[in-house]
Amino acid sequence: MPELAADRPDFRQALEALTGRFPGAVLSSGVEKGESAVRLRKDDLEAVLRFLKDELGFNVLEDIIVLDNVRTAAEGGKRFSVLYQLYRHPGASRIRLVVDVGDNEGLASAVPVYRSADWAEREAFDMFGVRFEGHPGLRRIYLPDDFEGYPLRKDFPLEGRDGGV
Amino acid sequence: MAFKEIDLNMGPQHPSTHGVLRLKLAVDNEVVLRVEPVVGYLHRGMEKLWENLTYTQVVPLTDRLDYIASLSNNLGYVLAVEKLAGIEVPRRARYIRVVLAELQRLASHLAWLGFMANDIGAMSVLLYGFEARETILDVFEEYCGARLTIHGIRIGGVPHDLDGALVARIRKVLDGIPARLADIRALLDENRIWKGRTVGVGTITASAAIEYGLTGPPLRASGVRWDLRKDLPYSSYDEFDFEVPLGRNGDVYDRYLIRLEEICQSIRIVRQALDGLPEGETSVKVPRVLKVAPSEVFHTIEAPKGVLGFYIKSNGTDKPERVKMKSPSFINLQSLEHMCKGNLFSDVVGILGSLDIVLGEIDK
Repeated sequence: MPELAADRPDFRQALEALTGRFPGAVLSSGVEKGESAVRLRKDDLEAVLRFLKDELGFNVLEDIIVLDNVRTAAEGGKRFSVLYQLYRHPGASRIRLVVDVGDNEGLASAVPVYRSADWAEREAFDMFGVRFEGHPGLRRIYLPDDFEGYPLRKDFPLEGRDGGV
Repeated sequence: MAFKEIDLNMGPQHPSTHGVLRLKLAVDNEVVLRVEPVVGYLHRGMEKLWENLTYTQVVPLTDRLDYIASLSNNLGYVLAVEKLAGIEVPRRARYIRVVLAELQRLASHLAWLGFMANDIGAMSVLLYGFEARETILDVFEEYCGARLTIHGIRIGGVPHDLDGALVARIRKVLDGIPARLADIRALLDENRIWKGRTVGVGTITASAAIEYGLTGPPLRASGVRWDLRKDLPYSSYDEFDFEVPLGRNGDVYDRYLIRLEEICQSIRIVRQALDGLPEGETSVKVPRVLKVAPSEVFHTIEAPKGVLGFYIKSNGTDKPERVKMKSPSFINLQSLEHMCKGNLFSDVVGILGSLDIVLGEIDK
């Protein structure tokens, strides 16, 4: 049973501020298991991040998570979802931003807003091939530079290709 | 002397990197200009493996992340799964988890103390630190048979109960630690060489630390009061009385003092948990094959090295759709360049040591 945004005053405030400032940017929002999430229009990402950081106090980008929607992408959805976990200190409240991005699309880098996004974006690029535009040095972080493919994509075999690296 | 920039490689095989880490350094004579950590030598594709295992099978693999504090990884992952599946854990199990997790924090900080002092050249501290840590590993061995990769937390509770003999043994171990700590402090606190290598070295301000996403003792050493055991309590941490030690200068010396103080606080927490250990079950019944309805959670704990988080997305089957781990060492290592810039080349080892990284959780 999805909880309503109205049950969480801090989230409701953030959501109202967000929809007031960026009309049309919020595609959907909700609270599930006590965690609030907002699905955003891709083009508004950087401006929304800056707004959340500078004006609503979400001063920490904890992690960037990528999901491969290859199974549902065939039905018209986009290939990847990129999730931004933001944290407000002090206050200990969290918000999760979700942006959908297609296989060959780029996405604005969060590094100009959050310095800590640097390695998180390199990891997302390394594992999924998501391209962050404006990143100061987007290259693989774990795997060798000449590695082919993106191992955390669902269509990459568990055993690796050609016997692995 | 004419300015000359020199590139230097430290690692990937170097005794003070505690694993396989390479640092690409640019130095001007003895002063560090740039540091670029190169990671991935230990990459095992953990997140890919987890997507192909059941929720229960993932737990022992989390031991191999931060192998100095494997039980904390178990706890972080298991709490996320329990939140996802809506599993309520009995109060006794929550208390036992606190006891084990704080013992693990003690073991991790004592190991760090030894390694760190060894890096700077104080060999005997390594032996004292490891001697004290050994007594805690013996407790783990008695509890579940394992010392390092403990697998001491299960979905739904804990695998074993704490009986009277083990409780008495834990109390004895706790009683022995302050004396060892006093020995170490007598060797280091006012030691001229130690202070020369740590005071004012590798400084980071509170605002820069937050900007870099730094967490754990290095963040608190910069004076930021951020401890998830207080801010977002899990596993009944809100029922215990303890302080969050804070530093002022954000240098290597403060990171040393913070961890010493955290050891004392952890001892306090374990004693309270043992005193108040509630009666009852140590686990709830969880289906042997746990299937979780489609949902998602992001849960974090205060691990010895910083904020450890697990994002889990379920798809209705017995295997997770996606597990993403937020590794504290990975994020903390990112700020190494900021801390090293302008410091002496020889202090890179001390600054790196003060961050307390483990390559197992950086490389996944």
